[in-house]
Amino acid sequence: MSLLRIRKPKTRKGKKVLLAREPQLIESARSMLFVDGRKCSGNVKLCMRDLQQLKKPLVKILHRKNDITPFDDPSSLEFLTMKNDTALFTFGSTSKKRPDNILIGRIFENEVLDMFELGIKRYQSIAEFKNDKIGACVKPCLVFNGPKWAQTEELRRLRSMFIDMFQREKVESIRLQGVEHVLSFTVTNDMSVLMRSYKILLKKSGQKTPRIELEEIGPSADFSVRRTKIASEDLYKLARKQPKQLRVTKKKNISTDPLGNTKGRVHMGKQQTGSIQTRRVKALRKTPEEKRENRQKKKVALKAAALEALAASE
Amino acid sequence: MDVVKAVLEKHQKELDKYKPITVEKHLECRIDVGTLLITDPNDLEDRQIAKNKEEYLAELTRDNTQLLVNAIWELPTERVDESIVAKLPEPTTVLPRLRKPPGVRPMTKWEKFAKEKGITKKKKDKKTYDDVLDKWVPTYGFKHAEAEKDKEWVLEVPQNADPNTDMFQKKMDLRNEKVAKNEIQRMKNIVRAKKVEMPRSGYLGPEAASSNQLLTAVTVAKASTASVGKFQNKLPKEKEARGLGVKELIPGGKRKASHISAQPEREANLELIKSVLNKKPKLNVDKAISLQKQDERLEREAEAGNKPAKKKGKGSRKAVGKKPKGHQGQRAPGKKGQAGRKRR
Repeated sequence: MSLLRIRKPKTRKGKKVLLAREPQLIESARSMLFVDGRKCSGNVKLCMRDLQQLKKPLVKILHRKNDITPFDDPSSLEFLTMKNDTALFTFGSTSKKRPDNILIGRIFENEVLDMFELGIKRYQSIAEFKNDKIGACVKPCLVFNGPKWAQTEELRRLRSMFIDMFQREKVESIRLQGVEHVLSFTVTNDMSVLMRSYKILLKKSGQKTPRIELEEIGPSADFSVRRTKIASEDLYKLARKQPKQLRVTKKKNISTDPLGNTKGRVHMGKQQTGSIQTRRVKALRKTPEEKRENRQKKKVALKAAALEALAASE
Repeated sequence: MDVVKAVLEKHQKELDKYKPITVEKHLECRIDVGTLLITDPNDLEDRQIAKNKEEYLAELTRDNTQLLVNAIWELPTERVDESIVAKLPEPTTVLPRLRKPPGVRPMTKWEKFAKEKGITKKKKDKKTYDDVLDKWVPTYGFKHAEAEKDKEWVLEVPQNADPNTDMFQKKMDLRNEKVAKNEIQRMKNIVRAKKVEMPRSGYLGPEAASSNQLLTAVTVAKASTASVGKFQNKLPKEKEARGLGVKELIPGGKRKASHISAQPEREANLELIKSVLNKKPKLNVDKAISLQKQDERLEREAEAGNKPAKKKGKGSRKAVGKKPKGHQGQRAPGKKGQAGRKRR
């Protein structure tokens, strides 16, 4: 029976692996799987190696060639990412029809969410730039130039994909001296994506904030966007849904005044002044005359009402 | 006033020595400091790109990075291990997750039942005192099995059982069976939790299916026609599936009535008692007549002097002995002169 295939993990390590594959409230940093295609050489190989260097240690590299065509059948790629527990993948291949092809994509629920095929038009690897490099595991600044990034859904997703790929981990704080790497992505009018990488040099400006100078360190690449597969709007929305526990809810009726004091507003409900126990003073009590007058008034009012009712019925 | 002017001028001169940190942009850039991200929606200069692309890109990126750095340097800072650290706000760009956020773990069947009935888990002591062994013995786990072995070193074979039965083996088998049952229940819980549709019955493959399961599958498949299998042909010697839960699987078959009904229990019971107590014997006229006739005949016979008249004719013939059956004789192969079956 197919039931019998759900086996309990036998070792502690196996259990850990299986637990890591289950849905988690706070997911770990997104690592990337590097897969070679049928043919993978030249610029593709160089590009893959540089991407690995930028992404280290959040990488998983497979060295064998794979006869996969992800746009026709992504199942084996999905399987590989599932086995290696990675959220992103890069697939490099080169063919006569699509020379120097690099494919980047991401996974949701063990299925491909987005896939972008980028053709390398020009490539300069990190090794070609002979200058000082940056340290490892530096969180880069990401710069997106050009109005096109927000114009089509495909490019918006591609931008999101690049952010996903290079932002490394979510951090709470950053060392100011550690801001030393910037990746710039520019989309030109002829729809080519220019990727540049610079080292940030902090110069004196006479103020607290430094003046920035840049020095290119590579990789530098010109990509053309080839085939793409983007998730439907519903699926994309579902994939971006954050768990309830992490969502920040605004606390109502709390405000801070300019002096920094916290003020709260409380809802009181309707006050029933008639039944509230108050102090009774003798002076405010009604005298017997007043009471009599009141009764008289009531009687007159009742009589008038009765007469009116009679007149109406006749 | 001159002093103030002089100081301001001096400061301005000092600033002039350095390059500026301000950047002019036509449209405002969107900055997400939490992810160190800046998006510049301003138009690119195509002529510049065509002429000297690299310089233009570097200059553009520098300006945007300067804007981002300005935003970072404005954040509240603190000193950690001789370095200045800026506290980043929550990122505003929402990226897709790898998996759906975890939901509530669905209850197992037992947990659900226990909750309905209000059964709570009682905590057992780690060790219990054993009277036979006269010592404290672990309730479960390490050294529990050892103690069990010490305690039950001999087992009685019941009177009605075969004297050669291995009671230890039997005990082990019972235990193994329990473990297997528990495992199946665990898997069923997993299936239920994952909301996988499992066939209630069907062909499970040649390795997996037992003969009983196959038989059930055949019976269910046959009954799964519009006419509930009424016009399906039967093979010679074909059996109907029987057993626990098989009837429920066959479509159109009678289902067990639920013991829970809308009627209150007391009323239902009273009705049942009433129906039993008010039962009147049924009058079977034919049977009564035949009984009457028999009585009369017996009386007549008794009057005729205890000699019932012998019946004559075909009807009185009675078969004596067994009718010989074919295909049951014993052959003796190898012996000559004995052809065919042994004749009696």
